[in-house]
Amino acid sequence: MYVELRQVDKAFKGYKALDDVSFSIEKGKLVGLLGPSGSGKTTILRTLAGLVHPDSGDIYIDGQRVNDVPASKRGIGFVFQNYALFRYMTVFDNIAFGLTVEKKDKAFIRERVNQLVDLVGLQGLQSRYPHQLSGGQKQRVAFARALAPNPHLLLLDEPFAAIDAKIRKELRLWLRETISSLGITSIFVTHDQDEAVEVADEIIIVNRGRIEQKGNPADIYKEPSTPFAAQFIGESSVLAHYRTLKGFESYEGYDNAVIRPELIQIAKLGKQPYAHASEEGTVEDVFFRGSLIEVHVNVQGMRLIGYRSPEEAALAPGEPVSVLIYRLYLYNEDKVRLAENARLKDENTVFI
Amino acid sequence: MSDPNPIPPNPASIPQPAAAARNTARAQGRTARLVLIALGVLFILVMLVLPLITVCVYALKQGWDVFSNAITDPYAIKALQLTLLATAAAVICNTVFGLFASWTISKFHFRGKQFLTTLIDIPFAISPVIAGLVFILVFGRIGWAYDFLQAHDLKVVFAVPGVILATIFVTFPFVARELIPLMQAQGSDEEEAAALMGAGWWTIYRKITLPHIKWGLLYGIILCTARALGEFGAVSVVSGHLRGKTNTLPLHIEILFSEFQLTAAFAVSSILVAAAIIILILRNIVEFKGRKEEHEHVR
Ligand SMILES: Nc1ncnc2c1ncn2[C@@H]1O[C@H](COP(=O)(O)OP(=O)(O)OP(=O)(O)O)[C@@H](O)[C@H]1O
Ligand SMILES: [Mg+2]
Repeated sequence: MYVELRQVDKAFKGYKALDDVSFSIEKGKLVGLLGPSGSGKTTILRTLAGLVHPDSGDIYIDGQRVNDVPASKRGIGFVFQNYALFRYMTVFDNIAFGLTVEKKDKAFIRERVNQLVDLVGLQGLQSRYPHQLSGGQKQRVAFARALAPNPHLLLLDEPFAAIDAKIRKELRLWLRETISSLGITSIFVTHDQDEAVEVADEIIIVNRGRIEQKGNPADIYKEPSTPFAAQFIGESSVLAHYRTLKGFESYEGYDNAVIRPELIQIAKLGKQPYAHASEEGTVEDVFFRGSLIEVHVNVQGMRLIGYRSPEEAALAPGEPVSVLIYRLYLYNEDKVRLAENARLKDENTVFI
Repeated sequence: MSDPNPIPPNPASIPQPAAAARNTARAQGRTARLVLIALGVLFILVMLVLPLITVCVYALKQGWDVFSNAITDPYAIKALQLTLLATAAAVICNTVFGLFASWTISKFHFRGKQFLTTLIDIPFAISPVIAGLVFILVFGRIGWAYDFLQAHDLKVVFAVPGVILATIFVTFPFVARELIPLMQAQGSDEEEAAALMGAGWWTIYRKITLPHIKWGLLYGIILCTARALGEFGAVSVVSGHLRGKTNTLPLHIEILFSEFQLTAAFAVSSILVAAAIIILILRNIVEFKGRKEEHEHVR
């Protein structure tokens, strides 16, 4: 394991910001720390970087315990949430800073900076000051600056937070490609799950200073291991009761259920091939979302959200529809399970 | 972005009486503004510009020769030298102190920080005369430190060191006061970023912190200089008015004045007036540049 946290605790004035945090990361992986605001993501990064000192627990980087190694000696690249570019330095000097501190010779610095400027696509902007750059350009400078001293570990705190949605998508693909081509072990923080799923090899879900789940995005999606993960991942909504829904009468021992739009199919009455496994509902609202149509249906007083293709026949609010629920995530205080619609299984039918 | 100007009214939609009312209101507003501006200008003329002009006119009243004699008088030159010495000492000492104090107060959390910040302001709150008396009480014949000073053959009160100490004391807060809010406003992000790349505190201070506070620092130094040049009260108490020894320019002027050498007094005063004007101009340049740069660099 390249990076490892073992039972790290950190309290700020009695508030537990990190609570028994343990995880490990393989060399060369790009890992996303995902969690709601205030969950402790930044604190985890800062602890790794040496900017926050844990109350207890151990931090290992490359096999070495680094608790007592000062931040400046850990060889970590850090991209701050707000970039923290040096305001009074040009782009060139910003990127060169780490190398200047290391007292590298001038020619080497120039070559390395130019190489990084090319890498991040900032040609011609070397002599600008941070205030003369766009958000995306600042992000690239921050990235290049962190990379310049050749860190073994790169930490990025919400690297795209201050960038508008469109460039954000572009940038995160670019970041993913760049990082994987360089092969640097990287951890980035986000509270946007699309971003985490799209960019990361592995996701660590953080909630209230604790690690909820760690795994690759697809696994976490399919098999959330904690109630929090089940609710947090995907467009999840919580159902008030599930035992009265067709196909889920026989599941015992769970109090709550979570459903996601991709787990239900909404059809016009009579157009539903698995009528015996379906519930009837009433359309409450219909939203056009571009590539798909979001339909809110009331089933037994609960609101279910499902998607339909714009190619299918349009539904109108008030219209009765047939709703097929393929699966639900059932959970209790501490356990989660996936529940298949039993009536579909009984019939031994294959569903899509 | 909220638009401070309301949407301009569509003229056609306003009934005549309302438009008339609006016009008189606007006219009243304009008159009020003119009156206020006139009052302000008048006040500045009477209270500030007129005295300055009087000083210069009076100084040159008996011709250039008298003027130049007054300012090249050996005692005047001695006084000028002492004033410059005390000012330089105060500026250096308080700049160093200001840099350290602002660093300590903004970067560390410790008990009594608020108290320390308040202490820095004491020279602003206390009358300079009292400050001078305090020095007499500490270092003078009745003071605690007297025996020690005697034993080491040091003279503070009624000597140059006393003048310098008093000047330092009264100008103590200027630089620190300018720097503390600046240092506190600057997030520690940039400094953390630099530290993560292996920079030591001195590099961080020089390359990251200093550029950020440099205009504020200059501004504080200028204010400190202005105050040190003109300091009268505290210095007057500790100096003992020894001509050619412990007299600063303001003290020298006072002596000339009390000896009814009015022209000479005003002539020497004009040196301080000239210095004040130069300082004022510098101050404005620094303020302007600092503000411009801040506008540029803060996003
Ligand atoms: N220096 C500090 N002093 C006191 N409390 C702190 C400090 N730093 C963080 N906290 C608290 O610790 C908790 C976790 O903070 P952290 O910044 O790690 O959250 P985050 O997951 O990064 O949130 P966000 O997504 O909003 O950035 C928060 O409740 C925060 O208030
Ligand atoms: Mg954060």
